[in-house]
Amino acid sequence: MRRLLKTAALAVSVIALLCMSSCHGTQGMADFIVPEEFDMNQTHELIFWAKNDTNRTQTAIYEKAIKDFEALYPNVTVKIRLYTDYSNIYNDVITNIATNTTPNVCITYPDHIATYMTGINTVVDLDEMMTNEKYGLGGSEVKFESPAYDEVIPEFLDECMIQEKHYAIPFMRSTEACYVNETYVRELGFELPEVMTWDFMFEVAEAAMEKDENGMFKVNGQNVMIPIIYKSTDNMMIQMLAQKEAEYSDNEGHILIFNDDTKEIMYMSAEHGKTGAFSTFKISSYPANFLNAGQCIFAIDSTAGATWMGTDAPLLDISPDQIVRFDTAVRMIPQFNPDKPKMISQGPSICIFNKRDPQEVLASWLFAQYLLSNDVQIAYSETEGYVPVTSKAQNSEEYQDYLSRSGEDSNEHYRVKIEASQLLLNHTSDTFVTPVFNGSASLRQAAGQLIENAVKSARRKETIDDAYCEEQFSKVNSLYHLDQISASSAGTEELGPLPAPSKALLICLAVVWVILGAVYAIPLLKKKNMHS
Amino acid sequence: MRTWAIIKTVSETDKGVNNMKKTLYGILALAMSASLVGCGNGGSKGPDTTKGEGVMTYAEYMAAELDAEVTVEAYVQAKQSWWDNKATFFAQDADGAYFFYDMPISEEDFNKISVGQKIKVTGHKAEWAGQIEIIDSEFEIEEGSWIADPVDVTELLGTDELESHMNQKVLFKGLTVEAAEYTENGDKYVTFKDASGNEAAFMYKSNGTGSQGDDVYFTVSKDGKNYTFLVRNYLTGKDTDVYKAAEALEIGKTYDMAGYMYWYNGPNPWITEITAQ
Repeated sequence: MRRLLKTAALAVSVIALLCMSSCHGTQGMADFIVPEEFDMNQTHELIFWAKNDTNRTQTAIYEKAIKDFEALYPNVTVKIRLYTDYSNIYNDVITNIATNTTPNVCITYPDHIATYMTGINTVVDLDEMMTNEKYGLGGSEVKFESPAYDEVIPEFLDECMIQEKHYAIPFMRSTEACYVNETYVRELGFELPEVMTWDFMFEVAEAAMEKDENGMFKVNGQNVMIPIIYKSTDNMMIQMLAQKEAEYSDNEGHILIFNDDTKEIMYMSAEHGKTGAFSTFKISSYPANFLNAGQCIFAIDSTAGATWMGTDAPLLDISPDQIVRFDTAVRMIPQFNPDKPKMISQGPSICIFNKRDPQEVLASWLFAQYLLSNDVQIAYSETEGYVPVTSKAQNSEEYQDYLSRSGEDSNEHYRVKIEASQLLLNHTSDTFVTPVFNGSASLRQAAGQLIENAVKSARRKETIDDAYCEEQFSKVNSLYHLDQISASSAGTEELGPLPAPSKALLICLAVVWVILGAVYAIPLLKKKNMHS
Repeated sequence: MRTWAIIKTVSETDKGVNNMKKTLYGILALAMSASLVGCGNGGSKGPDTTKGEGVMTYAEYMAAELDAEVTVEAYVQAKQSWWDNKATFFAQDADGAYFFYDMPISEEDFNKISVGQKIKVTGHKAEWAGQIEIIDSEFEIEEGSWIADPVDVTELLGTDELESHMNQKVLFKGLTVEAAEYTENGDKYVTFKDASGNEAAFMYKSNGTGSQGDDVYFTVSKDGKNYTFLVRNYLTGKDTDVYKAAEALEIGKTYDMAGYMYWYNGPNPWITEITAQ
């Protein structure tokens, strides 16, 4: 009996070990625990994936930040890889999660982090790190002047929260602005209000479509005029729904966008898309290029694109001979209710990927935290219509001086850029973000696609009615797998099939129970047989 | 066509000399055969000019309004990398060139379409930053193959006529490489400086903010005027001869360059071959 028990125990151990080893490599990383000390004798090479806005100064600031950080922490080197598109970072991270070759530090969006988190412990939960006495925000052992926890703007920090925990820290914040050719608005007989309504913008746009006897647009004397160009139709749909207090999604990952308010927005987009008064980046190209060439009146784009906007824009993507001179005004995006404005809060955040060596993760955190220091925050925010994410930087003498010098020159103090930043500073409490969950990035894309499709169909003289909208709902639902998101993200609904490692574990447990049962039952049966 | 015209002329003027005529026919037939063999790797055999039912001629396509549904038949001349069940193609027929942007296609079909393959495409005509293209399209692989010879458009640089070669395989001869430059501060060109603070013959991205693997931009001059050309990574890849040749350009040297006449707010040629003179 003892021998049998020993054999059984051995078998159980082997099976358990096999179970554990089979799960190794597929279950992800262990929980990260903040080390007691940061070992300055251990060297680390950190990989940092960042985004710049095709802006040379931003690249230089990243490079300087790395150099300064490496001087403070000589045992750490940082290698940067620059992207110009968040979606490319997202795609590369997803690809690298499977092979455990993610970067250490990454500029990203919370929507994307929610997808990265499908790998277990892939992204480091920063709650403990941020409040760590020694190495946390403003920690005693941090070798630079970092902001304290309560110096990070709370609205911006909250945006980095996923499932009740912070998986990122904000890096820069922006919103969208409407860059207006005010000269043309006046020439068309309108006065630009402080806060535009959608109706006002569309009315001016339709007036601008009038042509002369030679087929040229009266307002600019050219054969091209697209009065409104929206860069991000994802944002357009999301903000219009928010302004209407209509449904989009909820924190549980329920997809609520397929509603009558969405249809109204599709009709509105199609109506003005059909006349040519409204177009999008995907259909026509960059709003700034048309605006600067006098071929657009309302260019709606991120405040982080302000340096490309206007007659004297420091950055330019068309040949100088195409530039037309006009007065550039900066306004918040149009509103349905000007007394209760709503605009999106966006901009890059920083996440840290988990690694086997906690010291390496701590080094990553220190570098990420360095990006919140005043040196980096102020310098980077001045490159575009960004806003620093800490009150420490926002209230600094240096930053306040920068804001006060708006319009002094057409480069560092370019008026349009500083007015764009000021727009967000003045309206931080009017900003909002959408719920973040695994799949919220796809929902965003779907939101924009509904507008893109409606405009394209209207231009192609298709009928845009209720049946059309329903068909589009069904199409984007399928294209972006929104039905699957809804099913897997909402806790009370069907969770789908178990992952393979879980299945393996359950099978192993069943086998163990069978063996234990046999160990117990066989002697009993033998005993019984002997008695009989 | 020109060869047949010569035959006709010869046969009519030498009506009485049958032997000589036969000899001439023989020589010309041999010459034609030889010329066809010589053009086996190029396009001189010529594309099939007959169009299937419902297929537009190039002229009809160009005359179609933006957003209209169009159907064309053309021979693929270059493929951009496949991604997310989409790919972009340059294609040509006998009369002009097309750009099929983000055409839905499986990776398997993408691999089936080699350069020269004839395809039929139905989609919507669109214009993006001046580039005329077909979007939201469907395709069919058809019988036939033809690779176009590049058209020398050197003399058209700086003229409006260049636009008529949009998307076509083109050739520029005798271009001098200048220090790379970009536009900044509204109305002026700025010379790009590399990490050492020196002028450079090329830069990554349109204003030098990129790194290896991004598009390579360079400035060339002809008859005292500067033009911006690029090697498009998505079209060629960064491990190709042309990408490396662009990285090896030297200021002041003269080169011949072939590529595709892409349009981005004006001529924006995507170069696929660089040859030093």
